[in-house]
Amino acid sequence: MITSTSKSFETVLENLKGENKLFLVGCGDCATICKTGDEDTVKAMKAKLEENGKTVTGWIVVTPACNVGKLRKEFKAVKQQIDDSDSILVMSCGLCVAAVIDAVEQVKPVHPGTDTGFGGETIRFGQFTERCSMCGECILEDTGGICPVTMCSKGLLNGPCGGYKNGKCEVDPELDCGWMMIYERLGKLNKLDKMEPLRKPKNFAKWKRPRKLVLTDEQKFGKKKTTNE
Amino acid sequence: MSQLKESLTKGKFVITSEIGPPKGTNIMPHIEEAEHFLKGKVAAINVTDIQSAVMRFGSLATCRLLVEHGMEPVLQMVCRDRNRLALQSDLLSAAGLGIENVLCLTGDHQVMGDHKDAKGVYDLDSVQLLAAAKGLTEGHDMSGNKLDGTPNLFLGAVVTPESEPVEPQIIKMKKKILAGAQFFQTQAVYDIDRFASFMDKVRGFGVPVMAGIVVLKSAGMAKFMNANVAGVKVPENLIEEMKKMKTEEDKIKKGVELAAKVINGVKKYCQGAHIMPLGWDKHVPSIIAQCDLS
Repeated sequence: MITSTSKSFETVLENLKGENKLFLVGCGDCATICKTGDEDTVKAMKAKLEENGKTVTGWIVVTPACNVGKLRKEFKAVKQQIDDSDSILVMSCGLCVAAVIDAVEQVKPVHPGTDTGFGGETIRFGQFTERCSMCGECILEDTGGICPVTMCSKGLLNGPCGGYKNGKCEVDPELDCGWMMIYERLGKLNKLDKMEPLRKPKNFAKWKRPRKLVLTDEQKFGKKKTTNE
Repeated sequence: MSQLKESLTKGKFVITSEIGPPKGTNIMPHIEEAEHFLKGKVAAINVTDIQSAVMRFGSLATCRLLVEHGMEPVLQMVCRDRNRLALQSDLLSAAGLGIENVLCLTGDHQVMGDHKDAKGVYDLDSVQLLAAAKGLTEGHDMSGNKLDGTPNLFLGAVVTPESEPVEPQIIKMKKKILAGAQFFQTQAVYDIDRFASFMDKVRGFGVPVMAGIVVLKSAGMAKFMNANVAGVKVPENLIEEMKKMKTEEDKIKKGVELAAKVINGVKKYCQGAHIMPLGWDKHVPSIIAQCDLS
């Protein structure tokens, strides 16, 4: 789940200065769960923009709006409305903004309507927490499934600093110390020896941006057909 | 050769102290103060590295000034502000500037300081920094490239004996030794019995430990540390003793007396004491004078 929070309406208006006709894009997946790009929020944005003298040429909620192929397909039905707009406001995460730019045929400004947060675990409805930093070099096997890159405010790999107090982190008395969580969990699993080996620094070459992943045809479609089959 | 290393190797009970550079360029009064109150009285002087994440004059430059004034520095290096390129480069620079003792620390989080919006680096952690530094002393950098000129470094690390639980500290201490730590300075110690029991757990590691001594300036300071500083526990009886002191003069006298008392108390359990005077540099000689260092 990619979390997002809506930018203030004032900021959105400021960003749309000089552009009067807008097309809105929401997302039926993460941004719907986060209430930043669901149908109701998109409609409310439409109404508010109209109250402020803008024209909304049309809107669409795509599930998910980070899928370029899906966007291209669904944009066909609203081509005229996009053609008529000065610009597009994407009410979803940064991935969707990028996907809309890649998908839309017309060259026009595409505005982000939200601030993108993090890859979140859903604790319960409306409550999300970051548990993974998507670093490309997973060490959860050795840390009881709790990520120190994410859960330790300093991302330390070899155990806690001296800043824990009552199980909490030095940066915030409300914040659990990630290494205390790891220590306690490994203790319960009787695997505290996992804390002992020296852990080498992260390989940030794996974090070289922008990252991409391309599956082979075999990965996509299963085992290659051979002539004998 | 590092006098600190020599003294610790010989098994002498070693006293070190510490200075914190200023926010600004007025470094010379600090050097002069160190020269006046610490030179010849302590084996070496730590220089904190952007202490508490409050931006200030640099540790490396301060260490070099101490060298120029005939004092032996301990360069503190935190992982918060530099990546592995800069940390290794600064270690080479230190050696080139006649600085041999290095204390490797994680560093307080940037939100604790005065540039809360800064990007914390933490490319390496303290264990990895020690390993990198040890690699340099063996003639290669972290990528395995051969060095043109190998630094001599005496590598130190820190441990917090009063952390609860203390076991993760001890696990990490072992890792620091494996990585290259040759001596330890601890977070503040006040309770002799608790420190003795900590030392029982780590004595077998065979690496010298210097007990951290933070000089109490007032009962209020003690209470503040108990409430806010992780791993610091000032016992109630010491706070009560401080509380009775009304005049500034009495407070100084009591703070000095209590610091010396802790040093005398921990002496038989560890290999030295590291006095953190937090601005009370001028009282360090009185503390040492009250210590039985024979």
